[in-house]
Parts: sequence; C-alpha cells; structure tokens
Amino acid sequence: MPPARLSRRQAIALSAAVALAPGTSLGQAGAGKVAKIGLVQSTTGGSAALYGTEQKQAIELAFDEINDARTLGDITLRALHADDGADRGQTVNIFQRLIRQDKVVAILGPSLSNSAFAADPLAEQAGIPVVASSNTAPNLTKIGNFIFRTSVPEDQVFPTVLAYAVKKHGVKRVALVYGLDDALTRGAHDVQRKAVQDLGLEPVGIESYQRGDVDFSAQLTKIKAQKPDAIILGALAEEAAAILRQAKQLGFDEKVVFVGCNANISAKLFELAGPAANGILVGAAWFAGYDHPKSKAFVEAYRKRYGSTPDIYAAQGYDAAYLIAEAIRRADTVTDGRAVRDKLAGIQDFEGVLGRFGWSAERDATVTPKVLIGDGQAKVFVAAPAV
Amino acid sequence: MILQQLVNGLSLGAVYAVFAVGFTLVFGVLNVLNLSQGAVFMWGAYVGLEAVRTLQLPLPAAMAVAVVAAGILGVVTEWLVFRPLQRRGAHRWMGMVGSLALARILIGAAQEVFGTQVVRYPDSALIDATIVIGAARFQGLQVVAFGVALAMVLALGILLKFTNFGRAIRTVAFDETVARLVGVPVGRVRVVTFFISGALAGGAGGLWSLLFQSVSPFMGDTILLKGLTVLILGGLGNVVGALVGGLLLGLVEVGSIVAVGSGFRDAVGFGLVLLILLTRPTGLFATREAKRA
Repeated sequence: MPPARLSRRQAIALSAAVALAPGTSLGQAGAGKVAKIGLVQSTTGGSAALYGTEQKQAIELAFDEINDARTLGDITLRALHADDGADRGQTVNIFQRLIRQDKVVAILGPSLSNSAFAADPLAEQAGIPVVASSNTAPNLTKIGNFIFRTSVPEDQVFPTVLAYAVKKHGVKRVALVYGLDDALTRGAHDVQRKAVQDLGLEPVGIESYQRGDVDFSAQLTKIKAQKPDAIILGALAEEAAAILRQAKQLGFDEKVVFVGCNANISAKLFELAGPAANGILVGAAWFAGYDHPKSKAFVEAYRKRYGSTPDIYAAQGYDAAYLIAEAIRRADTVTDGRAVRDKLAGIQDFEGVLGRFGWSAERDATVTPKVLIGDGQAKVFVAAPAV
Repeated sequence: MILQQLVNGLSLGAVYAVFAVGFTLVFGVLNVLNLSQGAVFMWGAYVGLEAVRTLQLPLPAAMAVAVVAAGILGVVTEWLVFRPLQRRGAHRWMGMVGSLALARILIGAAQEVFGTQVVRYPDSALIDATIVIGAARFQGLQVVAFGVALAMVLALGILLKFTNFGRAIRTVAFDETVARLVGVPVGRVRVVTFFISGALAGGAGGLWSLLFQSVSPFMGDTILLKGLTVLILGGLGNVVGALVGGLLLGLVEVGSIVAVGSGFRDAVGFGLVLLILLTRPTGLFATREAKRA
C-alpha cells in the first residue's frame, strides 16, 4: 500500500487518535497518568486458553489491587488485553498494534513460547519490555535485553527435586523414561539426564516411548529387571499416569521412587493414575498450598473474585504484574519503555507470591523451587516432608 | 523377565489381532480398504466407557453394547460410503478416500462430544486380580482380553467355515458376480460383513481401553497403522493370517523395545512389512489369491 494514501480504517484510527490525543496530554500534565500495558494472553485456541485465561485473570486482579491502593501515586495501570488465539501470526499482529498504535509501555505475555519467539523481537526492537509468565522454552530470553520471564524453566527446578530424592530416599540407581517425539518431554529429559550426571547417580536404563503410546509394559519390565531406586519421568500427565499405573500392575517394589517433571503437575495425573500417583515427587516454582503470606493472600483474593483456585501460571502472571508495576513506579514514566526496562532489570529481592526472587543475568526469574509430593487420596500435590 | 515380556507382547498382540481380523475381513470379502475402521475402534471404546460411566452397566454388558454399536457403525460405513460409491461404479480407491473422510468426521464428532482429553474407566469397573506365575505377572484383565480375543476370532472362523452364511460370505469373497449368479444375497452379505468387521473393531476398542486405561478421540489413528501392518503380515484378506500376524506384531514390538529401544519399534514393525512384501508378497500365510476370507 502506498504510504501517502490512507485506507478507510487507518483514517478512522487516525482521527480517533487525534480526538484522544488532547485528553492524554491533559492527563499527563494534570492529576493522573495512565500506563498502558499490553496483555497478550490466549483466551481461545485449545489448551493454551486454559493458562492464558488464568494469567489474564491474575494480572487484571493485580492491576486492580495496585490501582485501588494507589501504589504508583498518580499513575494508573491500564491493561489492554488481546487474544491471539494461540496463533503466533496473530501474536505478531497484536504486538505491532500494541507498540505502534496503542503505544504501550510494556507487554505481559504472550501465552506460548512459540508465539514469543515470533513476536518478542518486535518489542525488543521498539524498546518495550516484555514479561512472560508461562513461556518455559530454553533460550527465550536470549531474544534480547527487553525480554524477561517469571515462568521458571525445568532446569531450575528439577535438580532440587532429584537432590531431595537422593537425600530422603537414598536414591543411587535411576532409570529414565521419556517421550521421544515431543519437544517438551525431550527438553525435560535433557535436564533430567544432566541432573543425574551432576549428582553422580548411576543411570541403569533409559527408555523412551512415542506420542500416543498407551502401553509401557515392555519398557517397564525392562527397567524392573535393572532394579533402580528411582524412575525419572520426562512425560506428559497422561503418559506419566499410565506409567505409574502399569508399574504398579507389574509389581514394582513399593520403595521405588517416581520423580516427575513440570508437565505432571496436573489434576489429570490423579484422575488417570488414581492411587498409583501416590508419592510421586515433582518440583514447582509455586503451588496453591504454598505457605507464604503473599501467596495465601493471592489465592484467597483470586478465589473470591473468580471462584476457582489459581494455578501456577496465574501466580507467575500475578508476580509479573507486580514487577512491571514496581518498575513503572521506580521509573516514574508511562511512556519510556527503556527506563522501565532498566528499573525492571534492577529489581532484586522482590517478595512475590512465588517467594523471594530476582533476575538471573539472563533475565529469568531466580526462585527457590518447592518439592511437592503426590497425595493420591486428596488428588493434589502437597509440600514434601522435610528431609 | 522374558516370560513377562511374552505376556506383554501377547496381550498387546491379541488386541491388534481382533482389530486386524475385522479389517482384513472387509478387504477379503469386498476387496476394499475401509479406513474408517480406526474411528470405529475409537467409538467402540467410548460407547463401552459411557455404558459403564453413564448407564452404570456392568462391564460385560457394556462391552456387548460397545460391540453392537460399533457393528452398527460398520454398517453405516457401508451405507454412507461403500454402497453409494459401488453403485456409481466408482474405483475402489474412492472407497478408501471416502472411508478416510468418514473417519475424520467420526473423530471430529468424538472431539465435540467427549472433548480431547484422555479419559479412563472408573476404578469400580476394573478387574484388579493379578496372577503370578514364576517371574511373570498376568493381570486378570490381560487374561480376559486374550481369551475374549481368541473367542471372537474363533467364532468368526467357525461362522465362515461351517455355516451357510459363512459359505455365502466366502462366495462373495471369491467373486461378487458369481455369487449373484448362484443366488447369494450379496447385499445382505455385504451388510453382515461390515457389521462383523465393525463389531470386531469395537471389541478391540473396548479391550484396548480396558487394558491400557486410555480413551481419546485420536486413539484410532495408531491402531489403523498397526492394522495395515498386520494386514500385510498375514496376507491381505486372510483371517487366520490376521490373527497370527496380530500376535506376531505385538511380540515383535515388545521384542524391539527389549532389544533396541522404543525409538526403533515402528521401524522394526514396518521393516518387517517391507521384508515380507519383498520376499513373500502375499503375506506370511496366504496361499492363493482366490482363497480369500
């Protein structure tokens, strides 16, 4: 399209912008300033919508709390939500619109790592900080200096869990099972294998399966003969459940410890595995029963407003919202993305619902992982007993 | 451990066999490849599950409901896809594509009705008994599945071999025109063949979902490929071949996991198919083309 001619839609947008402009400048001169923050979370588009919605709700809750408490003085936070339908092409369009038209000072999201890899470079280029709260893909923050995340990847959680299993149960010999053809389970497996190596454990068997497999008896029979102390699962919740159940049927020793990955933290695990999920160890940056004043207050406020218990993505979104608010307060600007980014990077020892955390050199959240244990009766994960 | 792996392989193979026998029957009799068979398998599993969960039927009754429902679905396949196509004199490739289209519709419908997440039977419906022989543990369910599988295939064998209707089916398999000339009710034979084939797929779906406690809209895709493998292993249209081929594939898969790891499982399975195609193109057990079904 030749730049000189405006389409009808652009013309309308432009006139709307002109009409709004005096109001905005008046606002900046007078009592209240509005910090516009893009909230890019999938609320449609399959399973992504599940955690996109959780994050959106938690962030909106956080913004309302901050605005009500006037934490930022005369600055009011305004979330501009856009649903990308878990489609990264849409995410790119939305980022462009938020940055160029809406002139946001920061973006929270997007829901999926795939979308982030496509859209985050736009924000990086424009100098707009992005804080993700559900992207866990490796190397995400290598996109650039403006990309942060409060979502904690597997490699920061798993070593703690395995170390716990070693200390508590004297685990020495381990077997690993993982999904061969899924990026998530392969990634988990790589982290797990490294942790096994770092802790000096003996891997007595590495077995794999393929997407859609439901019969794991051959792999488990093979593993059983190796007499491992622990079995480490790089598996999605459905498959982990089948593995736990079939191991029980094959008569594994009760003492064998199962150690799962992030993806196993799901109600689906208990639904499918039943009592066989009893005692499985997993690690998480957060869980709803976390005994911490901020976390408890958050769970209560979320339940009161939405009538459901928040999940980990909600918690990470909530902390992301408070972090960006704190950065805006320190930078005291509603337009300068670079200043907000610098203040955000400077936040250390932040006390959030995940506990105390700051940023690593790579702008990943550094947070103490919690070791959780499956309770087959109550069908939830609870804090594992101390060593 | 070897004994246990044999148990693992045979119980997996028994389900493959039941599925493949239904698959090969339609091919043998009507010389068409019915690719909706995987979706019928999946619907059989869901009907069985819902019969237990919603209708609160006891497990054997629920399985019977699943088998009959899947049989009816098989007949629907004939009515919706194969019969109209045959009437128009369409090439038999069209039946393959048409049945694949029907499969996608059935899968889409299952996604809408049941959602996309994996579900399983309630604990109350399960047979929890375990039989320990030496180092091997048989689940009660594995034994039952194996028995039911053999019974289903045996019943079909008797029907085909010793009854008048079986003879009629075999005549149609030999040549539809000849069958018509000697007064065989070809239309009815086709319908019954599709019913039996669907019922076997549904039975396999029920057994599978009980054995592995996993029901999802996509469960039919994998077994369809296994069914094709067995079809070739046993010889196209060979019922006994499908039975033996199914058990063999179960054992080969377990064996390949034991020997090389599951990454190569399908490579070994399909490698076997390629090997057989190259050396015995009519399958391991086929004698002559004319003796189908």
